[in-house]
Amino acid sequence: MKADRIISLAFKAYIWLALLFVFAPILTSFVFSFDANKFAAIPWGGFSTKWYAEAFADPEIAKSLRNTVIVALSSSILATLIGFTAAYTDYRYDFFGKRVYLALAFIPPTIPVIILGVAMLVLLGRIGLSGQLHSVIIAHVVYSLPFAMALIRLRLSQMNKDLEAAAWNLGASQWRALKEIIIPFCLPAIFSALFLTKAVSFDEYAIAWFVSGFNETLPVRILILLQREVSPKVNAIGSLVFIVSMTLVMLAQIVFLMREPGSGKGKRI
Amino acid sequence: MNQTDRANRRSSLFAWALALPMPIWQTLFFVAALLFLVVMSFWSVQNFRVTPDFTFDNWIKIYSAGYFRVTYVRTVLYALLAATLASLIAFPCAYGLAFKASPLMRRIVVASLIMPYFTSYLVRANSWKILLTDQGVINSVLGTVGLGPLPMTSNLFAVMIGYLTLILPIVILLQYFSLANVDRRLIEAAHNLRCGRVRTVFQVIIPSARTGLILAATFAFILSFGDFVSPSFLGNNKPPTLTVLMVDAVKSGSQWPRAAVVALTMVATLLLVAFLAMNFAYGEKRKRP
Repeated sequence: MKADRIISLAFKAYIWLALLFVFAPILTSFVFSFDANKFAAIPWGGFSTKWYAEAFADPEIAKSLRNTVIVALSSSILATLIGFTAAYTDYRYDFFGKRVYLALAFIPPTIPVIILGVAMLVLLGRIGLSGQLHSVIIAHVVYSLPFAMALIRLRLSQMNKDLEAAAWNLGASQWRALKEIIIPFCLPAIFSALFLTKAVSFDEYAIAWFVSGFNETLPVRILILLQREVSPKVNAIGSLVFIVSMTLVMLAQIVFLMREPGSGKGKRI
Repeated sequence: MNQTDRANRRSSLFAWALALPMPIWQTLFFVAALLFLVVMSFWSVQNFRVTPDFTFDNWIKIYSAGYFRVTYVRTVLYALLAATLASLIAFPCAYGLAFKASPLMRRIVVASLIMPYFTSYLVRANSWKILLTDQGVINSVLGTVGLGPLPMTSNLFAVMIGYLTLILPIVILLQYFSLANVDRRLIEAAHNLRCGRVRTVFQVIIPSARTGLILAATFAFILSFGDFVSPSFLGNNKPPTLTVLMVDAVKSGSQWPRAAVVALTMVATLLLVAFLAMNFAYGEKRKRP
């Protein structure tokens, strides 16, 4: 049995090593964002917040941050709205061509973002919608909508189908049942979807790089900085970006797992 | 009668209003984009302007170019190597998660492996650059014990590190999900029949988890094949992959039709790979009793 314990410990150590590999780049960016040296190396050049100050003072970074916030907010709201309607349709209706319907939603994230970017640029450029913030919003909705749809669909599958039918029997119209039964039940998933799609849009660099023209978003700005030179500013912005996206993902997780307030066992639907 | 008619009409209005937004949006902006990419690949560039046309010029030029063929083969080999490495590195991890870890550890690890997909891959790639350069952290540490500096950037090693950053978490997760579904009674039976530990893994566990393991490797291939960041920033564009060629064609010229040819070739390759992998994953299972 001693051999069993050693084997088990070895596997666990290996798992933590793999996690270290996954998180090493994230930690590195944090550590060196506070390094006084321009070229990140050991020994550390001492604690400094000057890269943050420089990043905040950079007008181009400020502008791109503003663009990112606009894009993330708008695209997450649209994606969640459309994702909700599609999830409800999938939950309630069976119809001819449903597999095509679902494929339409879920295929975009499986296509490499660079290819999506080129395709979007070619199309939006032709119809005169390229190079604007709304181009990025349109493209990000395509890409992030399936995430919202999946989350809300998951929530709907936990719902008792009789509840909506009971509301209809009691005389509620379909719209009213949707508003008073379905939406309240899905609310955690809806918020969760909002956070998650925001996180997706907030970090998306490739599609935005192609379609944003001169209206760069923050990830595009980072890409351009990376192409130019070694700049510790990237670590500073990167750390902030990590904090924002991790917060969004964690919020999405927490909200999704939350039960509706005040629901005892008896009241749960 | 009249009333039910009206109710029916209202009901179908309800259904359409909820069903249609998604397909309309995806058709207008996604399907149309892909279709237009096909159309664009037959257009020509005149005086640096993309002009509607019907010519096979782009296809012929790209497919007869030596550098394209070499790059195509290279990209496929890179993605194959990355998928193989990731599968091998991930397996002990997924195995440990499925059979050795506590439920709490499982939950923590699974959450930590999902998280990176919603953080900036660009910044993570940049961090690897910091860690791997000649004056970087890893070489400094090696230097204190008298080793190095080892060349770890702008080469295959760096590109693979980048690919692994992208694919390792999802490969571990998919492998773990398939291993967690292996029937425990099979393993017990194997042990009772005095099948050794290692033999159980290779003759019982891997065959029953095969579909998921192949799926994981396929995902790894698809993600690496379409990645631009790793070959560009960690590999320094030397040698290029298909994504690098495509970005060049769009960004440093108005060669959009040629970029379309490369993009479509990539999409076709990915579809073929997905199709073959699915056949391989599900196909042989049916033959077995």
